[in-house]
Amino acid sequence: MASDAELTPTSYIQHHLTNMTVSLGDSPFWVLHVDTLVMSLILGVLSLGFMWMVVRKATTGVPSKKQAFVEILIEFVDGQVKNSFHGNRHKFVAPAALTIFVWVLMLNTMDLLPIDIMAWIYTNIFGLHNWRSVPTTDVNTTFALALSIWLLTIYFGIQVKGMGGWIAELFCSPFGKNPLLWPLNLLFNLIEYISKPLSHSLRLFGNIYAGEIIFLLLGMWAATGVAGTVFGAVLGLGWAIFHILIVTLQAFIFMMLTVVYLSMAHESH
Amino acid sequence: MNINFTLVSQAIAFSVFIWFTIKFVWPHLLRAIEERQKQIADGLAAGERGKKELELASQRSLEVLKEAKQRASEIVIQAEKRAADIVEEAKANARVEGDKILAGAKAEIQHEVFGAREALRQQVASLAVQGATKILRREVNPKVHADLLSSIEAELK
Repeated sequence: MASDAELTPTSYIQHHLTNMTVSLGDSPFWVLHVDTLVMSLILGVLSLGFMWMVVRKATTGVPSKKQAFVEILIEFVDGQVKNSFHGNRHKFVAPAALTIFVWVLMLNTMDLLPIDIMAWIYTNIFGLHNWRSVPTTDVNTTFALALSIWLLTIYFGIQVKGMGGWIAELFCSPFGKNPLLWPLNLLFNLIEYISKPLSHSLRLFGNIYAGEIIFLLLGMWAATGVAGTVFGAVLGLGWAIFHILIVTLQAFIFMMLTVVYLSMAHESH
Repeated sequence: MNINFTLVSQAIAFSVFIWFTIKFVWPHLLRAIEERQKQIADGLAAGERGKKELELASQRSLEVLKEAKQRASEIVIQAEKRAADIVEEAKANARVEGDKILAGAKAEIQHEVFGAREALRQQVASLAVQGATKILRREVNPKVHADLLSSIEAELK
């Protein structure tokens, strides 16, 4: 960044918040954030691959330390799902929840990597400019997850209640079957269906994005000299420790909301 | 905050990851965990059963011990009785045998006495004859009184 001609706080932050893009077409929609996609794929393959390697050699006897770790993870997720979902959870909901928790946790954790060092590594070792480490600070990731879940809730709603039952529920709940209440019910349900994916995705995005911004702001202390750098590093350490909590909590909340939305889709009001 | 094709690509990646977990990760470990839970439950049940069996066995062993003690005391009493009998019998036998030996000894003594008396009698007779002979040698002609002497001798015998 030292080579940049005019290094202002705004340009510093903006530099770190720019995705690496590949254009696939003329419209602004046909753009791919390569960094988001590649980072999330690498992390997903690493974490799920690790679990797969462990699970393939799983024994019913005394488990190895790795197996015990994966078992704790799976039993934790399974316990959470068991409390809110009543049905055959092993078919879809519990494994999906595990995928979401592990993957989102890994994506969030990338936020703890020191931004400027990672930027230097990406630029000087891999030759990649504008490479962002944290896929969950890209709103596309969180919306992709939330919208997939949203589509699944509609799919399961129709599968469980039938098309007629699902549409009837749009008009008849939560206030009642009286035709006079139909518009109100529909309005209510529409608001619910719109707000669910929005809050689901923006909660995760907002928390992680804000965390990254604070790291960037603390990083700017380095511009004020040696004392400022040390001060910024101490604050950054404090924020990073606190951020471990946020990172885990947000992954957990995202998973729990997924489970709750999917269970609601399976149950009639 | 610009929505673009990344969303679609991430959604595809997400669904592939979910599929992978459902297919390869979840069922394997779940099976292992459930099997282990079953093994543990079986082990606990077996332990419980073993405890119960131990209780029964110890009760049974107590009974057997009691019975054995009773039988042992019976046997001891019988043995004591038998020993007393044997001693009595031996005493009786010894008495009979002693009597027999005593009788034998008495008979033998009697016999000896007879023998001794006979020998004594002969010696006395010969001594008497010798004495008489010495006395008579002077006055009696052995040739003359031979028949008298032999008749005395015969009488003394």
